[in-house]
Amino acid sequence: MLKILKYSFYDLMRSRWSYVYFLFYLLLGIVLLFLNNDLSKAVITLMNVIIILVPLIGTIFGVMYYYNSREFTELLLAQPVKRSSIFLGQYFGVATSLAMSLVIGLGMPFVFYGIFNSNAIWDFSLLLVTGAFLTFIFTALAFVIALRNENKIKGFGYAILLWLFMAVIYDGIFLMSLLYFEDYPLDKFSLVATMLNPVDLSRVLILLKLDISALLGYTGAVFQKFFGTNFGLVLSSALLALWVLVPTFFIWRIAKRKDF
Amino acid sequence: MKKNLKIFTFFLLVFCTIQGFAKTITVCSSCAVKTIQEGIKQAGEGDTVLVKKGIYKEVNIIIDKSIILLGENLPIIDGEDKGEIIKITADNVTVDGFKIINVGTSYTSDYAAVRVIKRNGFLIQNLELEKLFFGIYLEKSNDGKVLNNKIRGDAVNEYNSGNGIQLWYCKGVEVRGNTVENVRDGIYLEFSDNIKISHNLSRNNLRYGLHFMFSNHDTYEYNTFENNGAGVAVMFSKFIEMNNNIFKENWGTAAFGLLLKEINDAKITNNVFKENTIGINIEGSNRIDYKNNDFISNGWAIKVRGACYTNNFENNNFLYNSFDISYNSNLNDNKFDHNFWSNYTGYDLDKNGIGDVPYRPVKLFSYIVNRTPETIILLRSLFIDIIDFSEKVSPVFTPDNLVDENPKMKTINHDRS
Repeated sequence: MLKILKYSFYDLMRSRWSYVYFLFYLLLGIVLLFLNNDLSKAVITLMNVIIILVPLIGTIFGVMYYYNSREFTELLLAQPVKRSSIFLGQYFGVATSLAMSLVIGLGMPFVFYGIFNSNAIWDFSLLLVTGAFLTFIFTALAFVIALRNENKIKGFGYAILLWLFMAVIYDGIFLMSLLYFEDYPLDKFSLVATMLNPVDLSRVLILLKLDISALLGYTGAVFQKFFGTNFGLVLSSALLALWVLVPTFFIWRIAKRKDF
Repeated sequence: MKKNLKIFTFFLLVFCTIQGFAKTITVCSSCAVKTIQEGIKQAGEGDTVLVKKGIYKEVNIIIDKSIILLGENLPIIDGEDKGEIIKITADNVTVDGFKIINVGTSYTSDYAAVRVIKRNGFLIQNLELEKLFFGIYLEKSNDGKVLNNKIRGDAVNEYNSGNGIQLWYCKGVEVRGNTVENVRDGIYLEFSDNIKISHNLSRNNLRYGLHFMFSNHDTYEYNTFENNGAGVAVMFSKFIEMNNNIFKENWGTAAFGLLLKEINDAKITNNVFKENTIGINIEGSNRIDYKNNDFISNGWAIKVRGACYTNNFENNNFLYNSFDISYNSNLNDNKFDHNFWSNYTGYDLDKNGIGDVPYRPVKLFSYIVNRTPETIILLRSLFIDIIDFSEKVSPVFTPDNLVDENPKMKTINHDRS
């Protein structure tokens, strides 16, 4: 598996798209930090990028990579290699290279800006860690979709739909249900509903580090009490990890049974 | 002969007193006069009682003559938690330069470190109060000054703690340069008119940094209110002027920078509201001018609760607040004009510094959060941005006449030094 991971990783590292992705983050970081005189605004923009763009790119890139390397995959399948290691290797190769582009691309401008000397280092690393998590989660989901659908168009359609659901529609349904049941105590429900969607979970984790004063209103206190403690942080990380593990398990299972 | 001498001495004494050049009575542990109470007893009108450095364990020191009670090198008066320490019952008394500690706590009477009862022209300055119940308590007393005192309490619960400086039915008092920390209300005014409060620092108090009740025609300016339980509260008062104050870091579940309740005809200018949960919370307040203020990084810059009419918001900076304005109805009778909004996205084609597109400061999401507070967890979600945008294009839930017709393109420089 490691060998295949290495091959896909190097393959991607040489590809144009990784560079474009990397350069995009580098440029974004530089523009935000050095051409914008307000840091707090920069960090908020960065958060929007991480919770919207990272899942989108992870999904599209994952699906695209799978369909593009189909011939290579079929070639590999003819060799005496375990099936699970082929697909998992490809998955980790894609996800790792994407996460690396993100972390290095955004990290470099911040290092030059002097993040090590400021106490924002923890907030910033949280931003990068959630970004990396989201990359892994959505690439895995994309692989599951691609493995399930032979038809490219269908696969892309489902992938986009998945992203749209997680990033927008889920929140819409969430908001509607909150408004509909407003006569009932809702803090537990909203906590659970937030934890179930990785995009929402990352958003709230980052927000609690940034917009803390708004969230500290009398209802915000409930969330702050939960996510602000070590227990909440550990639980959130565990849930994000679970979001990586479950689709990875599905990749492994589908790959084992799939006919080519 | 002996009798003559006695008479002579008597006349001499009387003569000295009538002559009336203010004498100074020195109190110290090795002097003839060993206690402050004894010193006051010996003093006459206009005399000075000079207290040298040392620790004086005394309670119920009653000043019933117009004297100057002066501490040298900060002598300590220790009340040993027995009750009230200094009580002023004469006009024109000065108390200067003491450290007063251990005021008794009581659930039935308000013991204070220094209390003035129905007297005029007092001057209380350079005191340091620690371990207190009430600090300086002015009762029906007029035209006095409370200057440069340091009050540091250790209040834990609201029900068994007192206020730093309390004014009750007072007129024309000046409160300047005091530092009040860790008490219930930093400065509390009830039924007090024409009071001037300036250059004070009030922080870490359990309840309010400054609290007005039924007090009119008062001014407070150049004060700093920091990290109080619930900021500054101005209630049921008229004609209050609030200028050049700083309200910051009043964070918490029910905290705000400034709470206005039933306030009419006030002026709020040149203040800075920074990092409060709610910058200003307005309820039932009319005809107020908000000018040249800065609202920076608050959760809500201004929260309007209802029954607020003819208020004027002009030339303010709204910078990076999670919500600029929040309304709970779609009626509006307040005017917003020439403010700078950091969330403004319009353009300025004719380059006159004023945006060509009006700005709507109330977002749909702030309306939703008002209705169902739990929805705050969706803050900054993409879906919320989408519905905010559609509401901006065609307002349904938010007041459609609540617009800033002339939003500024650049931050307004208020030149604070």
